[in-house]
Amino acid sequence: MNSLRPDLACIASWIKPGACVLDLGCGDGTLMSTLLDKNCSGYGVEISDEAIVSCIKKGVNVIQQDIEAGLDMFRNAVFDVVVLSMAIQATHQTEKVLSEMSQVGFECIVSLPNFGYWRHPLSILKGRMPISKEMPYEWFNTPNLHWATTWDFEDFLSRLGLKVLGKAFFCLGKPINWWPNLRSTQAIYRFQRKKKV
Amino acid sequence: MFSPIVHRMHYPGPFHLRLGGVLPYYELVFETYGELNADCSNAVLICHALNGSHHAAGAYPDAPHKRGWWDTMIGPGKPVDTNWFFVVCANNLGGCFGTTGPMSTNPQTGKAYGPDFPAVTVEDWVHTQAHLADFLEIKCFAAVMGGSLGGMQALAWSYLYPSRVAHCVIVASAAKLSAQNIAFNEAARCAITSDANFYAGRFYDYGVVPTQGLRLARMIGHITYLSDHAMAERFGRRRSYSLEEPRRSKGFGIAALEEGQQAPLGCAENAKTPDYTQAIDTQFAIESYLQHQGEKFSRYFDANTYLLITRALDYFDPALGFKNDLSLALKPAKSDFLVISFTTDWRFAPKCSRDIVEALLVNGANVTYAEIHAPHGHDAFLLDDVQYLSVVSSWFKRIIV
Repeated sequence: MNSLRPDLACIASWIKPGACVLDLGCGDGTLMSTLLDKNCSGYGVEISDEAIVSCIKKGVNVIQQDIEAGLDMFRNAVFDVVVLSMAIQATHQTEKVLSEMSQVGFECIVSLPNFGYWRHPLSILKGRMPISKEMPYEWFNTPNLHWATTWDFEDFLSRLGLKVLGKAFFCLGKPINWWPNLRSTQAIYRFQRKKKV
Repeated sequence: MFSPIVHRMHYPGPFHLRLGGVLPYYELVFETYGELNADCSNAVLICHALNGSHHAAGAYPDAPHKRGWWDTMIGPGKPVDTNWFFVVCANNLGGCFGTTGPMSTNPQTGKAYGPDFPAVTVEDWVHTQAHLADFLEIKCFAAVMGGSLGGMQALAWSYLYPSRVAHCVIVASAAKLSAQNIAFNEAARCAITSDANFYAGRFYDYGVVPTQGLRLARMIGHITYLSDHAMAERFGRRRSYSLEEPRRSKGFGIAALEEGQQAPLGCAENAKTPDYTQAIDTQFAIESYLQHQGEKFSRYFDANTYLLITRALDYFDPALGFKNDLSLALKPAKSDFLVISFTTDWRFAPKCSRDIVEALLVNGANVTYAEIHAPHGHDAFLLDDVQYLSVVSSWFKRIIV
């Protein structure tokens, strides 16, 4: 519990005890397992074989499914919160994933790497693609397809008609309060679909 | 050696079946593995599929090569660990391995039931298995588990006896068959009923067996249990030349495990290739394999049982009484579910399993779903795929904790 990644700890703190949660790309089930301790219920969704077994070992309900294949399986279920942690940048159909999330859950939480972090453009100015602890890949083997700064992502949410309810920023695990677009390596947003008037 | 113990239960009856039939009494033959603990909380019920039997695991001392059909799954140190669990598997009502079925004597006529054996359904089997639980003084199964038709029984347990099943494991199954699936069953049934030796199901009176029909039925079924890829990989266009004992087949569970014998596949990879333009009766390896499977099956399986069981498969549709809303049908279920499908299974495709999962998600049930990348088709549920066994094994360890 103590070793929970700061971004996951932040997400967990935003989720009320007893909530029903869908964790898309849940990995080894760490977040869901923490939430179960808060009397939350719900499911992780994962595509990786090893992660499925890890989730089972942690007692986490997990559904093996490619989230990009659509969330049809969840369309009739109801979730208080849908989480997508550090995976949005690797999706092909980013817009579809975000809008499906907002339909399945009352509230959504998304975390993503901030490409605007000052070292990244500096690295490009120096003539090299940035490599960092949170983006440890070379240009030829990165699973990350879509790069956004925190401002880009906020624009995108508003274009999709999604209302930001809260945000938090981290730089290598430490909270960042000012100039987050330049100083944070990671951003977390909480949002929901704007109610139709 | 790990040996099962074979038992028999007599149910005094009368037993009223769902589709209107009545049996004055019935008997179930079943096997057990492991020991029932003092509070009877470690019992696991295994439900068998179309051509399975109560012999699910281990081997009898007098027939050490006849391993049970799910021997990869059940046993000491295996995913369903008999060092911990008390495992029960019964031959289903209407079966032909010792349980009351069409081959049994009808007390009203003194002759075999034959075609007069009442129609059975998946739900009837579940009720007889509940009688068996009473008989064994098991109030609640730690888990009920089955593959294919067996998975349908596990699913039916969850809504028929919600307080008597803590965990439910459904492998390569479906909440209802597709039209294509029913079509295969019908073709197999027609093969049997059109055999001249079938005598409208009264072949016992004539001292014959509709062997040809059974063979053909089995061949049709067997084709659908394998994926195109697995068949190509194992047989390709090789030609058979002898029925000598081949190397152990890893790829074909139903063949290898059901009878427990190493199946003569009738093919040899480095055989001298015969020129089939010269000899028109030259067989492809896949032909001899299917014929061997069909022939073997016709020696031990009862034709009337085949008809009964395939009908039970076809009829299963718990959502029918709920405006086709499966989640409503599954509303009473309280178990934790593990649902597993195999990517290359086209007889019980992953879509069928996803439909079950979707219904359970709507109900907020505890469900885990694993889609196993295995190349073998439907047959994969009987094989030893590493990911598959590790999913089941981790799941059962959770039950122990």
